[in-house]
Amino acid sequence: MTTDHPRPPPRRSFFGAWGRRELKGLFWQLLVVGIAVAVIAFLWSNTVTNLSARRITTGFAFLGREAGMPIADSLLSYSPKDTYFWAFVVGVANTLRVAVIGIVLATILGTLIGISRLSANWLLSRLAAVYVEVLRDIPLLLQLLFWYVLMQALPAARAAWRPIEGVFLSNRGLILPSIPVGMPQLLVLGTAALGLAVFYVIRRWQIAQQMRDGKPRKAWPIALGLIIVLPALVSVLLGVSWSIAWPELRGFNFIGGLTLAPEYFALLIALVTYTSAFIAEIVRSGIQSVPRGQWDAANALGLRRSFMLRQIILPQALRVIVPPMTSQYLNLTKNSSLAVAIGYQDVVSVANTTLNQTGQAIEAIALIMAVFLTISLGISFFMNWYNARIALVER
Amino acid sequence: MTAITDIPDAPRAARRPQTGNPVLRWLRTNLFSSIPNAIISLVLLAVLARGILSFVQWGIANAVWLTPANDSSACRAVRGLGACWAIIPEKYRFILFGTYPFDEQWRPALSVLLFIALFYLSTRRVWWRRELIYLWIGALALISVLMWGGVLGLSFVSQDRWGGLPVTLILATFGLAFGFPLGILVALGRRSKLPAIRSLSVLYVELIRGVPLVSLLFMASVMFPLFMPSGFNIDKLLRAQIAIILFAGAYLAEVVRAGLQAVPRGQYEAADALGLSYWRKNRLIILPQAIRHVIPPLVNTFIAFFKDTSLVLIIGIFDLLTTAKTAIIDPAWQQFSVEVYIFVAAIYFAFCFAMSRYSRSLEAMRGR
Repeated sequence: MTTDHPRPPPRRSFFGAWGRRELKGLFWQLLVVGIAVAVIAFLWSNTVTNLSARRITTGFAFLGREAGMPIADSLLSYSPKDTYFWAFVVGVANTLRVAVIGIVLATILGTLIGISRLSANWLLSRLAAVYVEVLRDIPLLLQLLFWYVLMQALPAARAAWRPIEGVFLSNRGLILPSIPVGMPQLLVLGTAALGLAVFYVIRRWQIAQQMRDGKPRKAWPIALGLIIVLPALVSVLLGVSWSIAWPELRGFNFIGGLTLAPEYFALLIALVTYTSAFIAEIVRSGIQSVPRGQWDAANALGLRRSFMLRQIILPQALRVIVPPMTSQYLNLTKNSSLAVAIGYQDVVSVANTTLNQTGQAIEAIALIMAVFLTISLGISFFMNWYNARIALVER
Repeated sequence: MTAITDIPDAPRAARRPQTGNPVLRWLRTNLFSSIPNAIISLVLLAVLARGILSFVQWGIANAVWLTPANDSSACRAVRGLGACWAIIPEKYRFILFGTYPFDEQWRPALSVLLFIALFYLSTRRVWWRRELIYLWIGALALISVLMWGGVLGLSFVSQDRWGGLPVTLILATFGLAFGFPLGILVALGRRSKLPAIRSLSVLYVELIRGVPLVSLLFMASVMFPLFMPSGFNIDKLLRAQIAIILFAGAYLAEVVRAGLQAVPRGQYEAADALGLSYWRKNRLIILPQAIRHVIPPLVNTFIAFFKDTSLVLIIGIFDLLTTAKTAIIDPAWQQFSVEVYIFVAAIYFAFCFAMSRYSRSLEAMRGR
């Protein structure tokens, strides 16, 4: 950051000018800090008096007590007999479940729509523009309620829609076929992850070699071997089964498969469609920021389209795209707190219930803030690292 | 990926000989310039035609537009086949004005019109003068008189009976009116050389921006009473308003800071050379330039902020979205919430779209 005064104005006398400025600065700082301290002390003393008057004990001891609140839809196993602490953990997991999947889907959808807006096809670019304009100009909460109402208006489980075999859409949510993952399956997936890591190291070495002697080296046979063949071999040798659990309607409910509850599904759709409109604009402006000459030059070199995009256009566009993208990811994560409006139990909703049950307002809100500050810092940290990697290095 | 590879080809297509029927030519260049493009166009046309057709069927052909008062039987008859727009004439006064006394609803209506007139005037460049500030103060005072009453023969209406569109506009307008100066102060604080002021500003901005607005609103509704001396009780609407001002201040501070960074260093040096004091330097030289730099992002922040006021639904304040949600609790009309949401979405859209158009025109003006 640049300072306002790279050069101090000429000094008349050492103590006259310098001393006065310094004193002035000190005065303002003392004043502002004094006001801040006074306000905090005032609020603090009021709070302490109020808490003792209402016989609310402070502290996080309540986290160890039995929560007794139901959480309908959770990734981790939970029962109302568990502690408040565990309920919070389940809430955080639910927040992350929406945020992570939402970020991935919104990025994909947003990129597609941003590219569509630049298409030479008039109809496609117009439709993309309308999509962006409509979704951006309606409050997310309204869109969320709208999707939730639509989910509830879906037919009952018996008359569920079946767009594809094995997929059911009803007022119970979206039910998909799934592959049950246990210990043996995890082992195979772990091998694949390990293969990916090894491949990454080998690839970096290959590129370093190519930098030295200019000979391109093939990457795909190694990738195929490490990421696909090796795990497949492990899977066959250990006899791991990858059976698909097809959902089935029995009585009034579905058995098997993966269920996305209506609340989760509505929240996910709302967050993804809303954020994708903003991401589309970011992607569009990023691509448009690449000077035309770069396209022309790449064309003149006779580069293949995919190579041109990957090696020339995208690296330049990404420099413009990544920083605003970070704030969109943060927004999506923070917006997932709207879940409380439709009863999906994310961390905010759990904290709110806790607050109503125990009266521990300060602690509950402090927990919400701590969780979101941690997530936000994590996302910014990662995106700043990525941004630093792709940023233009100038002199 | 066909779409993106079309960009560099666009001028080539335009250079083709301009012959034949203009309609056919337009279709050829814009929809059927290549085989993949033609396929995309056809698929989109089919989807669009189907979408429009089913919407026309649901929203117009099979829709019920009017029913006798408080009778939803006609709507129930077409449920699933057609829309029930009849719910709008039935409920619009509640949606727009909440539980404000029925006979006095011309007062909030007039307030809304005053707000819209104010917004409109503020967008005209000719009006960007000092008088505009006085006009704002006068109009806001008039709006308070209209809403509260109690003077000039108007009956008093307490704040907990306000609702709907005026509440949304009040939350947004006062949020900006107070959040903007706050944001400017904090932005200046963040760029100040004084370490204590700088760290306080950074702390404020990062804490507010790091957490969801929902948690700030919870704080306002649950913790605020704890903060205040016992017996001192301020209204729920005011509490939410304070949370919204703090929230707006933090976001606007970042936009203003970007503007401050864009002011060339020479301007600061020149102001110092003239011997201007800190406040005069900022008021007369730095801020006018800084704010002019960031007018489009400022308008975008206003839009985001206008939409975010709808979150007060979560703490039970009767803004436009809450009245809409409440209007459909009535069992007779419960099933027709989609229609109500579309109606309210159209209102929000009208405001936000106008602002976004305005922001775009400003950008175009700057581009020239």
